[in-house]
Amino acid sequence: MAGLKRTALYDLHIELGAETVPFAGYEMPVRYALGVMREHLHCRSSAGLFDVSHMGQILVRPKSGDLVDAARAFETLVPADLLGLKVGRQRYTLLTNEDGGIIDDLMVAKRADHLFLVVNAARREVDLAHLEERLADTCEIEEVTDRALLAVQGPKAEAALEGIWSGINCMRFMDVETVGSEFGTLRISRSGYTGEDGFEISVSGQYAGPLAMALLAQDSVEPIGLGARDSLRLEAGLCLYGSDIDASTSPTEASLEWAVQKARRAGGERAGGFPGAGRILRELQHGARRRRVGLMPEGRAPMRAGTRIYREPHGGDSIGTVCSGGFGPSIERPVSIAYVQSEQGHAGTTVYGEVRGRRLPATVTEMPFRSPDFKR
Amino acid sequence: MKFTEEHEWLRVEGDLVTVGITRHASEQLGDVVFVELPGPGTKVAKGDEVAVIESVKAASDILAPVDGEIVEVNDAIVDSPGKVNEDPMGDAWFFKMTLSDISILDSFMDEAEYGELVG
Repeated sequence: MAGLKRTALYDLHIELGAETVPFAGYEMPVRYALGVMREHLHCRSSAGLFDVSHMGQILVRPKSGDLVDAARAFETLVPADLLGLKVGRQRYTLLTNEDGGIIDDLMVAKRADHLFLVVNAARREVDLAHLEERLADTCEIEEVTDRALLAVQGPKAEAALEGIWSGINCMRFMDVETVGSEFGTLRISRSGYTGEDGFEISVSGQYAGPLAMALLAQDSVEPIGLGARDSLRLEAGLCLYGSDIDASTSPTEASLEWAVQKARRAGGERAGGFPGAGRILRELQHGARRRRVGLMPEGRAPMRAGTRIYREPHGGDSIGTVCSGGFGPSIERPVSIAYVQSEQGHAGTTVYGEVRGRRLPATVTEMPFRSPDFKR
Repeated sequence: MKFTEEHEWLRVEGDLVTVGITRHASEQLGDVVFVELPGPGTKVAKGDEVAVIESVKAASDILAPVDGEIVEVNDAIVDSPGKVNEDPMGDAWFFKMTLSDISILDSFMDEAEYGELVG
């Protein structure tokens, strides 16, 4: 496909029979021989290998050499408590804009002398420009371009990695480690985007293929494409930037209040001090007009993105719209994520999604639709 | 067996025609998760959207291949949509409909011609 970038694993994807699609400027595998449904179920029952090298990896180094200065500077861009984050841990956070919307969602890891960010592929350029503009006085911003990113997810992910690094079983959810291996230096985090236990591994591009093949050589590990990555994250209730969150959605609207730690909330030690704090802190206390909720359609018809939501089976104005929806292979029924008026967003409320001209009932449901089993 | 450009197959039995989707179509769709069929007795015109099939990827319409009336539908694929991937050319037929003018079948492709279409 013309004009598209390829990751270090492209040849391996083709060899494995992948069907590829354009995604965020990259030619990426959407499914392999197993197909989306079986890839999804395999990841939930065993282990899946994902190429997520299209995501941006960014290093933020304090010019002073003092990590506290980098954490303090980065706190001016996100509502996370980073001064309180321990070295060797990572946290999910949001780059917010002046209107209280979300520029991107990302992982930030605290290392001995820098912060390590993993950002969405489609937002990489926007994020880098934002960081340069806002942090240039205090930090060196360096995009990592020579490293691939692999995710190993599922209940057998830890066992699959034991042969790569023996210390893997000591890591807890959201721990980060930098370790030497036969595949060069690996930056490992115990995290992911599937609602499963698992790891993300940043590896030098030259070792990405050999590492992937060493993992795939194990019976427990199958390659998983973007199709199943989407259905896995949907069941886990996780946000996809551009679908579930964007520059117009606030953390409270997106049901991401948990990403704003106490220190940054009203009355906290470092309350506010990030873009859009006025709206974001106000909504944390008083709520927002709309809210991102889970929906379980009662029938088998999936309610996909764009489906309009109504309060009644006939008549009345729309009260919201589905932002992500499809079939959940593990729960064996369709599931959706939607924005609805907050007063209609309580779990157990019946609403109606308009599918092909007919209003079909759905129940507002707590997310995740399927409980994760993280190693805490 | 006859084939349409919309990747449906037709099998004539007496004055009825059984309609399903081809293996190529089922492979392109990926795992089928939802099927909606018309009610028996529905009168349809060629090209009408008579059924809906949704896979993990997307929703698609199934078009009536000829004018006629739906007389029987395959509820087994509504209950188990995955059958459409397992046996699209056999057990996972969609519906049976009347055929007013059998000569219309001459306008459809035979297996060799369809094979050329999908490469």
